[in-house]
Amino acid sequence: MNFDDTPQEAEFRAIARKWIDANAPKELEAELTKRASEKRDAMLDVAKAWQKKKADAGWACLHWPKEYGGRGSSPIERVIWQQEEGVYDKLARPFAIGQGMCGPTVMAYASEDQKRKYLPPLASGEKVWCQLFSEPAGGSDVAGLRTRAEKDGDDWIVNGQKIWTSGAHYSDYGILITRTDPNVPKHKGLTMFFLDMKSEGVEVKPIKQANGMQEFNEVFFTNVRIPDAQRLGAVGDGWNVSLTTLMNERMSIGSRVATGFPELFEFCSNLMLEDGLAIDDPNVRSKLASWAVKNSGLKYTSYRSISALSKGERPGPENSIGKLVSGMMMQDIAMFAADLQGASGALVGADAEAAGEFQATILGSPSMRIAGGTDEILHNIIAERVLGLPGDIRVDKDVPFNKVPTKGR
Amino acid sequence: MNFDFSDDQKQLRDEARRFLTEKCPPKAVRAVIDGKAPYDRELWKGLADMGFLGVAIPEAFGGSGAGHLELCVIAEEMGRALAPVPFSSTVYLAAEALLLAGSDAQKQKWLPAIAQGNAIGTLALFEGSGNPSPKAIKLAAANGVLNGTKKPVADGAIADFAIVAARTGSTGRDSDIALFLVDLTSEGVEAKALTSIDPSRNQAEISFKNVKAEPLGAANEGWSILSQVLDRAAVLIGFEQVGGSDRALEMGRDYALDRIAFGRQIGSFQAVKHMLADMYVSATLARSNCYYGAWALSTNASELPEAAAAARISATQAFQHCSKNNIQVHGGMGFTWEFDCHLYYRRSNAVAVGLGSLSYWEDQLIERMRQKNAA
Repeated sequence: MNFDDTPQEAEFRAIARKWIDANAPKELEAELTKRASEKRDAMLDVAKAWQKKKADAGWACLHWPKEYGGRGSSPIERVIWQQEEGVYDKLARPFAIGQGMCGPTVMAYASEDQKRKYLPPLASGEKVWCQLFSEPAGGSDVAGLRTRAEKDGDDWIVNGQKIWTSGAHYSDYGILITRTDPNVPKHKGLTMFFLDMKSEGVEVKPIKQANGMQEFNEVFFTNVRIPDAQRLGAVGDGWNVSLTTLMNERMSIGSRVATGFPELFEFCSNLMLEDGLAIDDPNVRSKLASWAVKNSGLKYTSYRSISALSKGERPGPENSIGKLVSGMMMQDIAMFAADLQGASGALVGADAEAAGEFQATILGSPSMRIAGGTDEILHNIIAERVLGLPGDIRVDKDVPFNKVPTKGR
Repeated sequence: MNFDFSDDQKQLRDEARRFLTEKCPPKAVRAVIDGKAPYDRELWKGLADMGFLGVAIPEAFGGSGAGHLELCVIAEEMGRALAPVPFSSTVYLAAEALLLAGSDAQKQKWLPAIAQGNAIGTLALFEGSGNPSPKAIKLAAANGVLNGTKKPVADGAIADFAIVAARTGSTGRDSDIALFLVDLTSEGVEAKALTSIDPSRNQAEISFKNVKAEPLGAANEGWSILSQVLDRAAVLIGFEQVGGSDRALEMGRDYALDRIAFGRQIGSFQAVKHMLADMYVSATLARSNCYYGAWALSTNASELPEAAAAARISATQAFQHCSKNNIQVHGGMGFTWEFDCHLYYRRSNAVAVGLGSLSYWEDQLIERMRQKNAA
């Protein structure tokens, strides 16, 4: 048992570190180190420049084959790269969905010509992709989606609405799941496409979120024409194709998930309460300790997965707990920090303590328990895929989709 | 990075599991709970024959000298099987204290006996309710003679010897505390068994009246040695708790798959699925924290105090969480004497406090993290 690199890993790490040292945009380090940067959208140009620089030197999408813009690296090399890239990894956020989810789907289902055409600019950040899955009537129940695609000669005509699409406003392409046959049960009538987001009839509208920010979009489709050649997988096989995409969603081993614990520990170490420092209060200590062991538990759980990768093994299911634990922690920790501030805990921004970082998290954290799989869906995934418990009984499973009752937004 | 046990160590774990599945079924645990014997003597002898008692004892003192990572994997299996033997007291507490502070003669006398299953040892620390603290130690030592009472002492009524924490001064400093090694057959020693929430393990009150004792380690370093012993034991007991958590989770999962109510497997209800998923989360966090503890223990890393406290807290939480919700998944049947759920529930609640309570270790963890940050 040790935390050391193998000689090959150490060599790879040294090369990666040297290149990052020589090339990273160091002037951005301070801004990127801040937890909640408001400038992220404004940084798209810098992000693209860094991504292109990496791609030109062979440091983009490391685990992809070289012919598609990658490096052909092993999974452990990809982890080492992420560790070394450090804060600059945050610049890759605009590309995360495209490279993490759309790319693998295109790789699995597009023609060879399309792969060679579309994947390298996706890897290099020159083209940004988004994922058009969730709908007002289908978030967790994504197979309940209602956006229609109807065949018209060599094209499909798409009408409907998607929601919660990150980055749609700056995306060049998107992968889109549609209903092509409402007369069969819901999982069977779906078909996947990719499309040019500049196509006529695509309209992107930002969503004003509960916390006042705008990070997601609604996307409306009005008679949008998509060539049949841009279909991914067979007609009616969209559900299986989407599983490829979603399987990649939570596979990011090695990228540390934020829990809020280090910030809380620092806050409590400096906060004076009536009887002394907060960190000396037994109640505060008890809470801190409970979160400390979750924080370290997540860290060492990811180390276990990394170790499996290092040995060339497939990681176990242990990493599936990451988002579930960290999402709830962020929210609970922020509320506790505000509690310690007493009446001032209700203030936000510059008027609040610690520059309002905990209040910002209180307002923003509900989304962490919803986006990318709700807590409830994640519980189901652990119960079914890890523990082998039965799937939920689905009353709409064998009913033609157009006979399934629906209401939701 | 190789943050995992080696193939040999995993093989040892499999071997221990096979052995304990055969020699320590729930029936064997129940025999001790029902008071048929104070501990499972045959199992104890078997553990010695398998070499499990001396796995972390150097060859020079009659052990196999394999190491602490090996002891961790065995500990996990002991916890999983709820082994009704004085393993933790003898191996994690007494043997570790001897290894840390014993003289050559003391080691020669006791360690081979432990490895062969011929000696049961324990640590006599507590004096009534409360957590580990130098202030709480009143048992007096003067000129190598002990007077006072220890309670509760794990496995105290079946132990052959004890490491006893005693007061040698009243300056208010940690150096007032010294450790002594006492042969429990000595004159003036009286052990009385106590009733406990987990009758599969012995608990006792031991009184010392003018008992001659030999010092263990330097006189003014008793508390410091004791703290190290507690940290080491925290990791090892953590593995027992991880083993128990996993087993309780499996029992709950299996029952949820088997039991039909409302015309369907109860494991198909989200309320039950999500409860079991949460048990998996706790057990996974505990396992990972304990792995880090194992690394720190086996390498004598300076991170051990912090790693041990984190392992202890996480494993205590997980075992209590899994054992109580295992009963919940079982419903009424889980509350019967006949089903084994209560055996895990009892053990989880006994080990949760046996080495100092959760709140004590929470306080220790934050204090240690704070000191590290200040340094």
